[in-house]
Amino acid sequence: MDPILSLKHLQKFYATQKAVDDISFNIQKGSIFGLLGPNGAGKTTLLRMITGIFYPDGGEIMLDGKPFNPMEDISKIGYMPEERGMYKKMKIGEQALYLAQLKGLSKADATERIKYWFKKLEMESWWNKKVEDLSKGMSQKLQFVITVLHEPKLIILDEPFSGLDPLNANLIKDEIYGLAKNGATIIFSTHRMEQVEEICDHIVLINLGKKILDGTVKEVKQQYKENIFSVQTSQSEHIKDNSIFNVVSREAEQVLVKINPGYSTNDVLGQLINDKINIVGCHELLPSLNEIFIKLVEGTHATTRAFQNI
Amino acid sequence: MNKTWLIIQREYTTRVKNKRFLLVTFLMPLLMMGLIFGSAYLSTTGTEHRKIAVIDPNGFIKSSLKNTSQIEFAFPENVDTSNYYSKGFTDIIILPNFDKKEKTNYILRSKKSMGLLLQNSIGDKINSAIEDQMLQEAGIKQNVLDSIHKASQFAELKAYEDKGNESKESNAGLAMGIGYASGFLIYITLFIYGTMVMRGVMEEKTNRIAEVIISSVKPFELMLGKIIGIGAVGLTQFILWIVLITTLTSVGMGLLPADLQHQVTTLQQSNGQMGAAGMAQASESAMRIYNMQHTIATANWPLILSCFVFYFLGGYLFYSALFAAVGSVVNEDPQDAQSLVFPITMPIIFSYIITNMVTQNPNTPLAFWASIIPLSSPMVMMARVAYGVPSAVSYWELGLSMSLLIAGFLFTTWLSGKIYRTGILMYGKKVNWKTMIKWAFTKQF
Repeated sequence: MDPILSLKHLQKFYATQKAVDDISFNIQKGSIFGLLGPNGAGKTTLLRMITGIFYPDGGEIMLDGKPFNPMEDISKIGYMPEERGMYKKMKIGEQALYLAQLKGLSKADATERIKYWFKKLEMESWWNKKVEDLSKGMSQKLQFVITVLHEPKLIILDEPFSGLDPLNANLIKDEIYGLAKNGATIIFSTHRMEQVEEICDHIVLINLGKKILDGTVKEVKQQYKENIFSVQTSQSEHIKDNSIFNVVSREAEQVLVKINPGYSTNDVLGQLINDKINIVGCHELLPSLNEIFIKLVEGTHATTRAFQNI
Repeated sequence: MNKTWLIIQREYTTRVKNKRFLLVTFLMPLLMMGLIFGSAYLSTTGTEHRKIAVIDPNGFIKSSLKNTSQIEFAFPENVDTSNYYSKGFTDIIILPNFDKKEKTNYILRSKKSMGLLLQNSIGDKINSAIEDQMLQEAGIKQNVLDSIHKASQFAELKAYEDKGNESKESNAGLAMGIGYASGFLIYITLFIYGTMVMRGVMEEKTNRIAEVIISSVKPFELMLGKIIGIGAVGLTQFILWIVLITTLTSVGMGLLPADLQHQVTTLQQSNGQMGAAGMAQASESAMRIYNMQHTIATANWPLILSCFVFYFLGGYLFYSALFAAVGSVVNEDPQDAQSLVFPITMPIIFSYIITNMVTQNPNTPLAFWASIIPLSSPMVMMARVAYGVPSAVSYWELGLSMSLLIAGFLFTTWLSGKIYRTGILMYGKKVNWKTMIKWAFTKQF
């Protein structure tokens, strides 16, 4: 399958730093893609190039197999920036209509689709209210609707769940799955790793303007696993280090062991059975994305970069 | 372009539908008309009544001092400076015995100070009484004198300007008034609508909708849409004001008594040239209304109005682009806006001061240069145009001023567009004019 979006050696330089420094990756059609990185890593700059707000200084963006042309392709993209905003004094219905028309929808089309989405997300009574009357979570929901209203092929969501209660977060999450199922591609940018693990198929981690990780969630976890196994047992004190594994930590009901290179789970179990230890369960502990993230980013002074002059 | 049109529409409709806009649009003309008619009414009725005791040892003043609606003269016995107030007089005039050779003073004493106009009119009355007395002493009879006084009022100064073979009636007072009023209106609107643009941009930036919109349209389109939309609001307001004022004036004229209206029409038909008999028929107020209408008609209104629209729009576009640029670089703190906006407001204030000078003398070198340079031309040129084209301002001056203003606003719009597209997405960074200029002339995002 052809990628919907493909970045090739993308670069963006500010006066004093390389905000985006030679980043390449592909995003498959219909996938949910996680763009991760610490504050100031260059995520927003990258997203602004993909949305046509900034022009790249080098490299190429291919959308749907063709070079990205901001003037034409803007209607194929729906962007929900992290810093969200609305006209506070404008009526919600009119506001949605206005923003949809700016995306190139006709007034009739826009009205019809707004009504459809408002009904779907139980927002029908909002039409004549003003944004200043909405709570943060409610305006978040509105923002989501406005982003997807013109049925973009590529939807970019920057921290879409911040400020949403679990109920509404689930509602939006289901919509995201639905959109992906119907062929839209979703780029999902966040710091919340548990959401990434839950939602994303494929992730890219950038730090200091460079790509440092690229793969499916499974691949990444496999790549960074440390061969640690959790053994549940009632006889934890009888498990000792040996040539196959070393004990990392020991609790009453559970022992974590690190398997030495060249051995497998079967070797561990064989050894334990041999030692007449009563095993309740045994499984491999894969690192969480959070741990991988921290491991890769820690100590790189990533956050100080955000305050440098542009 | 289609999207810019959408933005213009939004900027326009949200503002025009706003209650404050409607209030200002409809109350302002009422207020202005109320002020004009009110002060006219007050000045004609005159609430002040003066009863003046005159002590005249010469004895001839009495026959010449005529009472008016405001002043009543009396020549009582036994009244002096110490007791005039207790005897019911508001003022006392004490005349010396005139020997008609030496210069002398006479004294007016009042409990309540008297206005300058009233003082002057009393002085005029006494002087003409002395003059009449001297004419009588020279052998002219009082009744002859009276008829001469009345009959001699037939001549009036009319100034004309020569334009090639034609000559046209001109009126310096009216030109000054028009120049001043249009300069002032442009001054006020530059501030009101310029700040409106700046606030609009700041609103979009601080509530972060700018980024949502800029993912759909170019920053320049957003800026331009806002500027044009708000400019259209200003134009609408002017047009509504003109319509309202003309309707209110004609309604006001219709409320005048029928015979007064008839007199005014007669005067209009006879072009103000009436025989002495006709003049006597026409009352003072009819004459005044006729004169006012006649004077207003001497101005070249189509030229003045079209110049006004041009200079209002030109000045607005020139400055509002700069206001937009400032709005785009301001963060949450309105105090930043104040210091950044200072370099923009200074030239506006200076132009207004120059305008005030130019309304009195439209042909100084200062007036010339200030009406050519786009920074000040919107106000200053209007003050000069009121004196007439081409008599006060030649066609090439007007043309040069207009083209420079067009070039000027194209330049400020281009400059501001560059600053705006960087500033609108930049948060948390304090910016000064130096950085803004740097953005305008360096590589863009």
